[in-house]
Amino acid sequence: MQDERDVLLGLYRQMVLIRRFEEAAAKAYSQGKIGGFLHLYIGQEGCAVGALAALEKRDYVVTTYRDHAQALIRGTSARACMAELFGKVTGCSKGLGGSMHFFDADNHMLGGYGIVGGHVPIAAGAAFASKYRGDGAVAVCFFGEGSATIGAFSEALGLAALWKLPIVFICENNEYSMGTPLERSLAVADVSQKAVSVGMERDRFRCTDVLEVRDRVAVAVKRAREKNEPTLIEALTYRYRGHSMSDPGKYRTQDEIDERKKLDPILHAEGALRAKGVSDDELAKVNASVEAEVEDCVKFADESAEPDESLIEAFNYA
Amino acid sequence: MTQMNMVKAINDALRVAMRQDSRVVVLGEDVGKVGGVFRVTEGLINEFGAERVFDTPLSEGGIIGTAVGMALYGLIPVPEIQFADFIFPAFDQIVSEVAKFRYRSGGEYTSKMVIRTPVGGGIRGGHYHSQSPEAYFIHTPGLKVVCPSNPYDAKGLLLASLRDPDPVLFFEPKRIYRAARADVPEGEDYTVPLSVAKVVRPGNQVTVIAWGAMLYEAIEASNKAAEAGIDCEVIDLRTIWPVDIDTIVNSVKKTGRVVVVHEAPKSCGFGAELVSLINEKAFDYLEAPPTRVTGWDTPFPYTLEMDYLPLAGRILPAIQSVAKY
Ligand SMILES: Cc1ncc(C[n+]2csc(CCOP(=O)(O)OP(=O)(O)O)c2C)c(N)n1
Repeated sequence: MQDERDVLLGLYRQMVLIRRFEEAAAKAYSQGKIGGFLHLYIGQEGCAVGALAALEKRDYVVTTYRDHAQALIRGTSARACMAELFGKVTGCSKGLGGSMHFFDADNHMLGGYGIVGGHVPIAAGAAFASKYRGDGAVAVCFFGEGSATIGAFSEALGLAALWKLPIVFICENNEYSMGTPLERSLAVADVSQKAVSVGMERDRFRCTDVLEVRDRVAVAVKRAREKNEPTLIEALTYRYRGHSMSDPGKYRTQDEIDERKKLDPILHAEGALRAKGVSDDELAKVNASVEAEVEDCVKFADESAEPDESLIEAFNYA
Repeated sequence: MTQMNMVKAINDALRVAMRQDSRVVVLGEDVGKVGGVFRVTEGLINEFGAERVFDTPLSEGGIIGTAVGMALYGLIPVPEIQFADFIFPAFDQIVSEVAKFRYRSGGEYTSKMVIRTPVGGGIRGGHYHSQSPEAYFIHTPGLKVVCPSNPYDAKGLLLASLRDPDPVLFFEPKRIYRAARADVPEGEDYTVPLSVAKVVRPGNQVTVIAWGAMLYEAIEASNKAAEAGIDCEVIDLRTIWPVDIDTIVNSVKKTGRVVVVHEAPKSCGFGAELVSLINEKAFDYLEAPPTRVTGWDTPFPYTLEMDYLPLAGRILPAIQSVAKY
């Protein structure tokens, strides 16, 4: 058994990888190498890293357009992810999808989805299939609190509870749906209350301590795997950047951002690692290896070929 | 007159309408304080207050559904759908309720509203920030569909839409939101009539029909064709539906040759309907099979966007081939 120190060091590396990867993506975006919309996960790493640490390889992951972290953690290479952002043929969706549409069948990454809320019933369907086939896999579905106000979300929640599906719904409440703060989206502040109306278990916690996230999600995963009972988790978090690269985020104050940054999951993990006796040297080594990986993936994406016109229709029908 | 882009001109139209008529309300995701993702509603909340310009949760079905109720009760709602690609959660409300209200209530009620939404490609937005879904709505009797190509028309068509007794889908071509500029009388009231197309380039040999952002590609291809001795007449539909078929037929009677350009996929796109109408009404005048230059019959790709869009480079060969048919 790996001891907790090594586990945390591994999760720390994942969080740092996501952050450095996305910083590099932001830079490439400003250089025009990435186009369209780029939604960064920076600040929220504790959620995906902690939650996915509670999963097994056979489990399925479904998420929104803010999907780089989930793919990286599930095992999609940084190269395939960066190449997808660059719209290159070596990308995880052949460069046809871009930032919001990461897919990786080998790693049971059922995708990033651009239509808010539309993916929630899809995740429930994957859970249904798992139960039907009896293979013990759990589906985990991430979404923002913005999803909680659209019909597809409510329908999926109802179905999952009614059909007793092995699924964990994780609402990443980062306080804003684009420029709209939660209090102008929902009449209640506690999104997890949505579970009550369908008779579903719920949990609610902040994503600062990645190990706590893992443990709380593990309870829900166990409930799903062993009893086919769904859970709605409200994971409290915060995104440091604008909604996407084109959003200057003027609807928030710098004070608020600075306050939230004190709850940073990477900062917290660093402190916890030091407390467990991890040296500065060891942390520096992890950071250096992440930087090398990110540098390599940018170079790879840069040098990869663009898809040619023959790909336009290639995936339209079988 | 003031030089304005499309964003400013549409904003100005909303101001003019809201100053005149307290029934007009604007709703949608981030339309209030933020002023919309493209800033089309910027500042309206300051002039008209949060009772008339209000943010909604992320609930497209709810946005359009409640707008129906508002309309029945005498308001004139102007819901914004942030991108036309996100209109589908509201498709049921639009198709089942908005479009049919006048008919199924025997004219007792109408769900008159103007649904504004940015449309089309050109910003590398990929699958869900690029589509042109006009054909679904044209296929739904009871709706009008408008797509301006320049700031002057955008303002005049929006004011005309707001005064039209029927529900209008107002598609704003995002590729030219800021690129297209024109003199627009600021703060003044004027309308550009619905269902009146405009001949933007007179010619005798080939009729090229386009709207929205692709109009500029049609003009560019026509200018290039002129260098090769082919004289094109370019028509900007402005209102896609109900279409101004007379202007088209008059042109085809003269040219006998037609190229239709649109961004949406080819099959069952509006080009198919246009070609059928031309066949029905001007068959005897045709010298060549009407041709379509369109998006591909695939989802809208992230890369290959410039191959997908029917840009001048693809329109020109189509003009040449119908010209020499
Ligand atoms: C159906 C639909 N409506 C609107 C949008 C545009 N949109 C994309 S993300 C977003 C905000 C979502 O916020 P939230 O769910 O809280 O997730 P976050 O971005 O904060 O991670 C909006 C309005 C969309 N993609 N799909």
